[in-house]
Amino acid sequence: MTSADGYVLIALCLIPLGTSLALFLVPTTQRSAVQALTGIASLVMLAFSLYVFFKYQFNGEQFQGVLAWTWMQHVGLLGEKGIQFKVGVDGIGASLVLLTGIVIVPATWVTWKIQDRMKEYFILLYLVTAGVYGAFVILDLFFWFLFYEMALMPMYLLIGVWGSTRKEYGAMKLMMMLLAGSIFIFTVIFALFAHVGLGTFDMVALMGAEKDVTFQRIFFPLIVVGCGTLGAMFPFHSWSPDGHAAAPTSVSMLHAGVLMKVGAFGVIRLGYQMMPEGGAYWSPALIVLGITAGLYGAISALRQTDMKLLMGFSSVSHMGYVFLGLGTFNAIGWSGAVLQMTAHGLMTALFFLLIGGMYDQSHNRDIPNFSGMAKQMPVWSIFFIFAAMASLGLPGLSGFIAELHIFIGTFRAYPIIGGLAVLTAAITTTYLIRVLAQAFFGEMNPRWAHLNEITWTERAGAAFLAIAILVLGLWPTPWIERIAPSIINIPGITL
Amino acid sequence: MSDILGNPLNLNLGLLLPELILAGVAVLVVFIDMFQAELKASARVVPVVTVLGLLAAGVASVGAIDRVDDFARLVTIDNFTTFFRFLFIAVAVFVIVGSHEYIERYVNHVGEFYALLLLSTAGAMFMASARDLLVAYLAIEVLSFSLYIAVSLGKNDPRSGEAGLKYVLLGGVASAMLLYGLSLLYGVAGSTQYSEIATALAQHHEGLRMPLVLGLALIVGGLAFKVSAVPFHMWAPDAYEGAPMPVTAYLSATSKAATLALFLRWFGGPLLPAIGEWQWMMAAIATLTMVFGNLVALQQHNIKRLLAYSSIAQGGFMLMAIATISDVATSALLVHLGGYVITNLALFTAVIHFYNRTGKEEITDFRGLSRTNPYLALVITAGLFSLAGMPLLAGFFTKFILFQAVVSGGLLWLVIVAVVGSTVSLFYYLQVIRQMYIYEPEGDTTKWSISPTGYLTTFVLFALMVIVGIYGTPLYVVADRAAFALFKG
Repeated sequence: MTSADGYVLIALCLIPLGTSLALFLVPTTQRSAVQALTGIASLVMLAFSLYVFFKYQFNGEQFQGVLAWTWMQHVGLLGEKGIQFKVGVDGIGASLVLLTGIVIVPATWVTWKIQDRMKEYFILLYLVTAGVYGAFVILDLFFWFLFYEMALMPMYLLIGVWGSTRKEYGAMKLMMMLLAGSIFIFTVIFALFAHVGLGTFDMVALMGAEKDVTFQRIFFPLIVVGCGTLGAMFPFHSWSPDGHAAAPTSVSMLHAGVLMKVGAFGVIRLGYQMMPEGGAYWSPALIVLGITAGLYGAISALRQTDMKLLMGFSSVSHMGYVFLGLGTFNAIGWSGAVLQMTAHGLMTALFFLLIGGMYDQSHNRDIPNFSGMAKQMPVWSIFFIFAAMASLGLPGLSGFIAELHIFIGTFRAYPIIGGLAVLTAAITTTYLIRVLAQAFFGEMNPRWAHLNEITWTERAGAAFLAIAILVLGLWPTPWIERIAPSIINIPGITL
Repeated sequence: MSDILGNPLNLNLGLLLPELILAGVAVLVVFIDMFQAELKASARVVPVVTVLGLLAAGVASVGAIDRVDDFARLVTIDNFTTFFRFLFIAVAVFVIVGSHEYIERYVNHVGEFYALLLLSTAGAMFMASARDLLVAYLAIEVLSFSLYIAVSLGKNDPRSGEAGLKYVLLGGVASAMLLYGLSLLYGVAGSTQYSEIATALAQHHEGLRMPLVLGLALIVGGLAFKVSAVPFHMWAPDAYEGAPMPVTAYLSATSKAATLALFLRWFGGPLLPAIGEWQWMMAAIATLTMVFGNLVALQQHNIKRLLAYSSIAQGGFMLMAIATISDVATSALLVHLGGYVITNLALFTAVIHFYNRTGKEEITDFRGLSRTNPYLALVITAGLFSLAGMPLLAGFFTKFILFQAVVSGGLLWLVIVAVVGSTVSLFYYLQVIRQMYIYEPEGDTTKWSISPTGYLTTFVLFALMVIVGIYGTPLYVVADRAAFALFKG
């Protein structure tokens, strides 16, 4: 990517933001105009995301497409660089930009069904999208934090207004926990600025600057807690099942699919890339938290009856793998962790899309109430089974390739923990197979005879995500090529 | 001319033109109101004249930009003064334009009310510009006395009189405290001039430490009352609730900003050499204020009381900057003050228009506002989010700058308290947002709109909130120049 491609990165932040603003001007009654506008915007975002991903030169500079505008300089403590609007991606960011592009398209499609205040819903949803893109591509701490918070802010209303079951509780819990997490991030940003003393919030400059080892060891865990909360890291995950259970379909898709990855990405960007020595010191703690989350999430999922709660705990477990991979602090474990972000994002978005498509008709998500759904809704069931297979790590699908890397990395670093990780995968299989057996096979429950197959937009969205899962599973090379150089650049990582 | 010590005095009254205009217009307004029937003037003349007077004062202040001068060694004219002159004029204009309908309907003695607003604005300006303890004290009293009366001018509302009485009694105690502190300071320093106090305090006399600390404690206490910092905040919730709403808005903006200007002038100037004696007091008061303000706000049911406690807590954020005072902290504080004033005015103007329509002020009365008046709901939501420091709005940027300055000043722990407090505050702000968006309206569900001036003020303030949130650079640059005047000018 040349620096001119930086404009594409900026466009990725501004298109959702601009769409949000443009929607203010569309009359509420013009549903088709809202649909057309958001449909086009989402496709443009996908196209630009693909462009960024494939234009990223894996044998070039680490940060590509770098463009910066001075926002303020020479006031207060700010020096020459001060605060800049600076964009640029590394390989990790590029792969997550692509994930966002893939998830936002079906998330937009399924939202077209909403009857109540669809326009307002999109305004908020696209604010979240802008925030997510910003968090992946911005290289200045001020703006990074701005976009990070922007991704969280609309969540309260999105869940509180359009959600289901215990929506107010879920929305408030999610909002307060995530905002409590950003206390830690806020603190680290200021401490870093004051400690480095360059008078700039430029991330690249801060990464290159000298930092005390003690400083790094003190502040690295704060980033893990702060960003880890958004990444649903054990023990700061408890907002995730409640929040996801309450959220409307596309919010669950975007949140579990992409927003949680912003948390893990924050641990990489603000934690490991900014304070590598602190990261090396605390990696064993990440291993412990990661494996605990993996086991805890999987075991909790065994007991869930609400499909969305099940997916919430499953997400905690899968995000546990991500932190486990990061904690290995070796290149293969890290590749796995970054791949797992994409893999889990695609798979969980598909799950939430399908659950939403069914819930809209049945207003029920209790697994024991269902049986023999494969007869009533075959297409839906096929997609669901496909997602489950991806989730439990069937070779050829995305989850396998990611988990394989993580397991190898873990076995290299801590063989016993590696064993536990494989056990987690086994439990995952158990709870997924249990759902399939209970809800999809066996006698058809006549109570659900009125259910129709999911709509064509939902089928299209599901198919789209399924193809992405398949591509990543069969041909992960483009991802690995881009991720690997950025990982190797982290000081102190074992190869 | 020169004073009895032989110092030359500059008696150029042109330096005080904005204040003189305000005082003159205040008298004029009272006369117009008194002879309204004879002059066959419509009721709208009084607010129009008031606003014109304020704008004239604003124009008169333009000439003082980048000028450094003093009037009779009593009043400083520099960029710091000019910054606050513009701020106070803007607040008064927005309050009047935004709520003149409310004032017509719910306030007694309209002419006197506007005159008091003008006088208190002039007092606030002198608080920012004084360079002598006596002038500063008189300015505080001009501001306070105008507000004591304005608070009690509510029509047919017994709470208003009660609020006025509480405010005047407690305010009297605070003034006495402050005055005693100032006289002790005079005893230690031997002068009422800021510059000479600084020189005197810089020469450290161990024997004078006791009266100095006592004097400082009394001064901090007296000013903490004016800025409604814990534990001197008792009057604020009652006064905010009982006062006519425009006065509440004014109290939370001008009164608070003027006191902070005085804090900056005193603690960044004459009292700076004694920083070792008062820094801990500021840090302690800031901590108490943030913790207490935010926790008590959690339990409020009345929107005015909620905003009162929220503005108490916001005062705590600002006192952090005083505790780490420097040019950097000052410019950051001025930025935050600017953002806070814009946000609070937007919020209060919106609530005033809500009250004009419904006559209600409980938080639960906002139920379903997003259905009946989506615009107003949006402005209130933006205001609350901005106070909580959410991005794209003024609060995010100004808090970022303020917290960063305080951390660089060496008080990381204080910022952690502030950020935690800020997160707690989001909880109670969300309670209001929840009523507006999640619940359906009860009773009257027809859509309604607000007056044109209401749209104008709320829209301008809303736009300013967003502009400062996205591109706050101009505000920061201006604030930096004001801070420069205070520290290096």
